[in-house]
Amino acid sequence: MNEQIQEVLALTNRWVKRLSREKFSMLFTLAQPMIFWLIFFGNLFQKAADIQVLQAPNYMSFLAAGVVVMTVLNNGLAGGIDLLFDKENGFLERLMSTPIKRSSVILSRFLFVMAITGMQILVILAVAFLFGVIPETGLLGITVILLIGMLFGVGLTAISMAMAFTVKSHGDFFSVLGFLSLPMIFLSSALVPLAAMPGWMQALAFFNPMTWVIDAVRPLIIAGWSQALPQVGMALVVLIAFDALCLYGGAKAFKRSVG
Amino acid sequence: MSSSAAIEVSNLGKVYDSVEAVKNLSLTVQHGEIFGLLGPNGAGKSTTLRILITTLNPTTGTATILGHDVVKEADTVRRLIGYVAQERAIDRFLTGREHLLLFAELYHIPKQEALSRIASLLKLVNLEDDADRVAKGYSGGMKRKLDIACGLLPHPKILFLDEPTLGLDVQSRLNIWEHIRQLQQQGITIVITTNYLDEADQLCDRIAIIDRGEIRAMGSPKDLKASLGGDGVWLTLSDATPEILNQLTTALQGLPFVRAIRPRENGLDIRVDGPEKALPSIMETTNTIAGCRLDGIEYHRPRLDDVFVAHTGRSLKDEPPASTET
Repeated sequence: MNEQIQEVLALTNRWVKRLSREKFSMLFTLAQPMIFWLIFFGNLFQKAADIQVLQAPNYMSFLAAGVVVMTVLNNGLAGGIDLLFDKENGFLERLMSTPIKRSSVILSRFLFVMAITGMQILVILAVAFLFGVIPETGLLGITVILLIGMLFGVGLTAISMAMAFTVKSHGDFFSVLGFLSLPMIFLSSALVPLAAMPGWMQALAFFNPMTWVIDAVRPLIIAGWSQALPQVGMALVVLIAFDALCLYGGAKAFKRSVG
Repeated sequence: MSSSAAIEVSNLGKVYDSVEAVKNLSLTVQHGEIFGLLGPNGAGKSTTLRILITTLNPTTGTATILGHDVVKEADTVRRLIGYVAQERAIDRFLTGREHLLLFAELYHIPKQEALSRIASLLKLVNLEDDADRVAKGYSGGMKRKLDIACGLLPHPKILFLDEPTLGLDVQSRLNIWEHIRQLQQQGITIVITTNYLDEADQLCDRIAIIDRGEIRAMGSPKDLKASLGGDGVWLTLSDATPEILNQLTTALQGLPFVRAIRPRENGLDIRVDGPEKALPSIMETTNTIAGCRLDGIEYHRPRLDDVFVAHTGRSLKDEPPASTET
């Protein structure tokens, strides 16, 4: 057990080092959701959005939950990319020829992606705070947001890693990634509430786990505990099922790839 | 049986998407030797290597490393081997030292021990000055040295090297060969894959020629070459009429050191046991035949390429870095 902890920490440390050496990429990874979505989108639609439809004091505060979950989505779906490169250039093979627990590589990736995602969520909430969005449920609410975000992230990262182990080339990986990510965002309550969508989109969004996650995070920011709690409970149920499915698929893909 | 050999492979087979990458492959590697898997790209040598380092499971057959099965006792095998990957398998964002520190943790080498091993390995491969630079800026030779250092870190009994000098310049190549020979002297058993004939010839104690997933020939480069039937003497005649060639062949067949005679364009290909006596005698014999005028005489030792051609029916396109042909 201690040995595996050492392995996971050493490998996680490698991901951290890599990120810190790619300063340019780090900056854009961290800054992109806040600049593009929260600040531009949030301010752009401030006047255009109907507060009655949103059920929120303003569009920025409505959008904050969406941006938090979109960040989780993007980080999670991108979580397998480094493993994909490791697979393609042979570093993974080299790791697998050492007597480490097979799962250590995967666990290190989860740990790293979750840590980065958690930090980004905090930064997004801080930027939203600067624009006057104060979470109604306070610090405890923020903790719950982090928890829900990470639960969602685990499943997404598992999907991404499963894809990394399955695809034949990284071209395929990025095509699937691009194909998945935008519809997941538009077919969810990230940008507009379900009530404002055409019926067929509503139906699709209903089956999108992202909708459930956003609908739990949003009241934590703009409403309060009494409205948030039932939503959080529902989100937890959805996420446990979602994660179980993704982890099962991911484990199968991993087993097939590295034995 | 298995106690005497470092590696035992029997009837190994691997099927990928209904393609047989390795077919019914059996071989034995003795303790302390440098064993080469020689073949063109896609011949199955890398697949074989990956099965031996436990990162790929065979479809059929078995392989043992120091008596331990590579599938059932993969974890034990991993503790006994070192693997030197191809140079692309370097993390460009880590320094050389960070690579070694990472692997030291993965092998659970105690901190103090790890630091002293790393220091001596960096010295061994002559990377001390560049150990704290990010590997992005390393040359091919430096990356390869770092690879070797990583492979040696766990003090392996058996070291596997995948194409150790692929794409390197002449000087780096010679350096790497020198390192590998030193490791052999320390008692490490070494297995390399290569598609360079000269590398197999000069570095390996024994080689297996692999083509299309099968072993076509196995033995020391010297024996393999000798098995072709001795050194070659090529005669070119200025007036090679069939009668003259016949007379000459008959006359030469009586000589004790001649093993075989085959016709070639405008002359003969004579296989002989030793060139010292053979050459003068052959020249004398040609002089005894009327009308036989020698235009050229060429002597050559069998090359590994000849062995390859003899066993696979085609030439291994040997493309070593410029000017390493000896």
